[in-house]
Amino acid sequence: MAFLDIRDLHLAMRTFEGEAHVLNGINLSVERGEIWGLVGETGCGKSLTGLSISRLVPSPPGRYLRGEIRFAGQDLLATPEDGMRRLRGGHIGMIFQDPTTNLNPAFRIGEQMVDVALHADAVDPAILGLAPGASRRQRRVEARRLAIAMLDKVGVPDAARRIDDYPHQFSGGMRQRVLIAMALIGKPELLIADEPTTALDVSVQAQILRLIHSLVLEYQLAVLLITHNLGVVAQLCTHVAVMYAGNIIESGPVRPVFRNPTHPYTRALMKAVPHATHRRGELQGLPGSVPNLFTPPPGCRLAPRCPVAQPRCAERVPPTIAVSPGHDVACVLATPAGSAAA
Amino acid sequence: MILRIENLTKTFRSRGRRWLGPQTSFTALNDVSLSIGKGESFGLVGESGSGKTTLTRCILGLERITSGRIVFDGTDLTTLPAAEMRRMRARIQIVFQDPYASLNPRMLVHDIIAEPMEIHQDTLGLGARQRSDRVIELLELVGLGAQHLYRYPHEFSGGQRQRIGIARALAVNPEFLILDEPTSALDVSVQAQVLNLLHDLQQKLGLTYLFISHDLGVIRYICDRIALIYRGDIVEEGGVDDIFERPSSDYARMLLAAMPEPDPAKSPFNTEAAG
Amino acid sequence: MSASATPDARASAVAARRQNWRRAAYRFQQSWLSIVGLAIVVLLFVAAVAGPSLVPYPADIAGGINTATRFEAPSIAHLFGTNELGQDVFTLVIAGARISLLSGVAVVVLGALAGTIVGALAGYYGGWTDEILMRIADLKLTLPSLILAMAVAAALGAGLVNTIIAIALTWWPGYARLVRGEVIAKKEELFVQVAQALGAGTGRILRRHILPNIVSPIIVKMSLDMGFAILTVASLGFIGIGVKPPTPEWGSLLSIARNYMPDYWWTAMFPGLAIFLAVFGFNLLGDGLRDVLDPRARR
Repeated sequence: MAFLDIRDLHLAMRTFEGEAHVLNGINLSVERGEIWGLVGETGCGKSLTGLSISRLVPSPPGRYLRGEIRFAGQDLLATPEDGMRRLRGGHIGMIFQDPTTNLNPAFRIGEQMVDVALHADAVDPAILGLAPGASRRQRRVEARRLAIAMLDKVGVPDAARRIDDYPHQFSGGMRQRVLIAMALIGKPELLIADEPTTALDVSVQAQILRLIHSLVLEYQLAVLLITHNLGVVAQLCTHVAVMYAGNIIESGPVRPVFRNPTHPYTRALMKAVPHATHRRGELQGLPGSVPNLFTPPPGCRLAPRCPVAQPRCAERVPPTIAVSPGHDVACVLATPAGSAAA
Repeated sequence: MILRIENLTKTFRSRGRRWLGPQTSFTALNDVSLSIGKGESFGLVGESGSGKTTLTRCILGLERITSGRIVFDGTDLTTLPAAEMRRMRARIQIVFQDPYASLNPRMLVHDIIAEPMEIHQDTLGLGARQRSDRVIELLELVGLGAQHLYRYPHEFSGGQRQRIGIARALAVNPEFLILDEPTSALDVSVQAQVLNLLHDLQQKLGLTYLFISHDLGVIRYICDRIALIYRGDIVEEGGVDDIFERPSSDYARMLLAAMPEPDPAKSPFNTEAAG
Repeated sequence: MSASATPDARASAVAARRQNWRRAAYRFQQSWLSIVGLAIVVLLFVAAVAGPSLVPYPADIAGGINTATRFEAPSIAHLFGTNELGQDVFTLVIAGARISLLSGVAVVVLGALAGTIVGALAGYYGGWTDEILMRIADLKLTLPSLILAMAVAAALGAGLVNTIIAIALTWWPGYARLVRGEVIAKKEELFVQVAQALGAGTGRILRRHILPNIVSPIIVKMSLDMGFAILTVASLGFIGIGVKPPTPEWGSLLSIARNYMPDYWWTAMFPGLAIFLAVFGFNLLGDGLRDVLDPRARR
């Protein structure tokens, strides 16, 4: 079994309009050292997939209909809330899009990081490495030392001094580094990063991507990078999963998927990114809009706006086929590996 | 040249926290000069804090400039009396980045698009009936329809809202459109549609664009000429292909290197999967 | 002119609006306390409108005295008993709803109107306008409103209209502060900047872009305030500078009844309960409305 294993995950959200089937059978296996890019457009369920792993989908309105999420063998959907809290503080680290709203403006960076470190230490005493009888004061001193070391690690210059600054004294890129440092304090094995660079400038984005890459090499992290930016995925990720309307419609190692995008939706996404060779007016968007998830189309959810849709697409959900080892596509037009390729 | 910016400098002064404390000043725009030809798509590229937003606010007359001139179609906007500046506003319009925040949530689409015509009633001279007709015309121009007239913004997707924002900007027949990151809040497939719409509109209406973005791919796709702005200074200006293929400033080279291309073969990291 | 498209569009607009109402009703129903509040408030308004024609002893409202039936304990004939003049307390309490609600609504509407104008001007213009207007508002807030209302009512003389004016005069600063804060926040909204860039004037920006977006908190505050306004009217009645008998008003009913406590407890308890119920109902309704109208809960 993979390090992180999501099997046939179905999530429904109850709203005024009815119950929306927002995740519709997600399958994903992530090993340590792999960086998975989870891409898709607004409302495809990529963030909900990330939140499901850390069990942060509020319930109600959320309700898991089927499936399981196994992290290092442990069934997360069956783990009680206090067990999840331990996992979140330690084994699973999270960073979110907006580095501004995820830091409390009223407290110094150091205080917030020390709190995280003490919480992580309460779960796993190896974090601070102190004897069980250590005093509160000793713990705080050690936690602060660890916080400075982490800030240093993520490239905050002059960490020993900056740790006593307030969040507003940091730039956007530096704040994101602080959040990454915070997520790393508990020595996580899995890092879930939801649009970590979307709010940042491209030059800063490049630095953060480099940082994540070096951390993966150093700690053998498994990373789930949730983004809508195909460029970021191509640059950083080892694997990619493309989502559409609650399904993973194509997934696999990043090179084959980008070199040979097979699902019509993946192709449409790639065609929509402006490129040097595009002449003005030639760019192609995908006509139509995302389906309503209260009454999703039967069969393939892309069918109503798919340029190559066939009558059988509306009949049943297309099976997932491996078009090459590890490269899976959920489309009736895909040809399995080994058979005569078109 | 429809718009000429000459030696524009904008300095913000503040007294910091203390009321009578020492005055500090911050130069947002430093001796900026640009000219934009009629019918051209001019791209302005810069990162946050570069001064691009201040520049648009100066052009729109929302910010008083410290020194320099902004000449639009032969008229210096910076010395224009308020009444004439108001008339001038009809000729220069803006589309903002965030289609969620730029539409009043309590107004119907019809009223949102008709509002500029009401404000510039004196120059346009349209009656209520004619305005409604024009609203439908504009909706159809941007790919929406009369069925969307009496709806509220929250009923639309991001791409549709941006179309409404474009229709509003076009309502008073402007010649010059400032597009402030008009697609950066949109999904790529929607971005492609909006970019194509903007291109079509330019062809049809002979508009001049000042297109502001930090997305070099979008800039390259839509613009003829571009300028790079960094901390209030224009660091490089030229034809779009020249700058992309032969960047002469370090800043341009850095930006181009940092732009993530959707091609794993060009990754700076070894992303070849184990499997 | 797409004349043919317009009726369709209108129909879809109506449907969309109906959908919004249904969504709001759904969210309101999520809390049964708001339903209780709504029920109480509806009951009060029914009593205020139709009360005099529903009560068993309409003659008592006009001040009819019946010495034969003084101080009768609650019974089938007199649900809430009778008072020192032999009047039916149930009749008086129901009839009192009209005065209490009328004055409550008047106070809140006048206060909200004045406060909104002051707050909007202060928030929009800022600077000296803001300083002067808000310092006046602060000055009002430093005086206990009941004392101020007493002073004003004493100066103007007793009577319903004077009571309302007196209380409304103490009521507007709360709205001024609320509206000022909201206006300052909304002024920074992108759509307001768009309107400015279009060349819209101050009047248009306030009227069409800012005020429609801040009515929700004002309505919520008005509903929450209704109970307290009724309580204040009753307080002035209680200390004798509000509505004068024989006009039935909860505060003055309570005031007279306190002389006969504790032996004839029903004469005091039922007007008191009515005041409690009104304050309670409007507060619950206000909380429910806040859940529905809070823009953060909006999709």
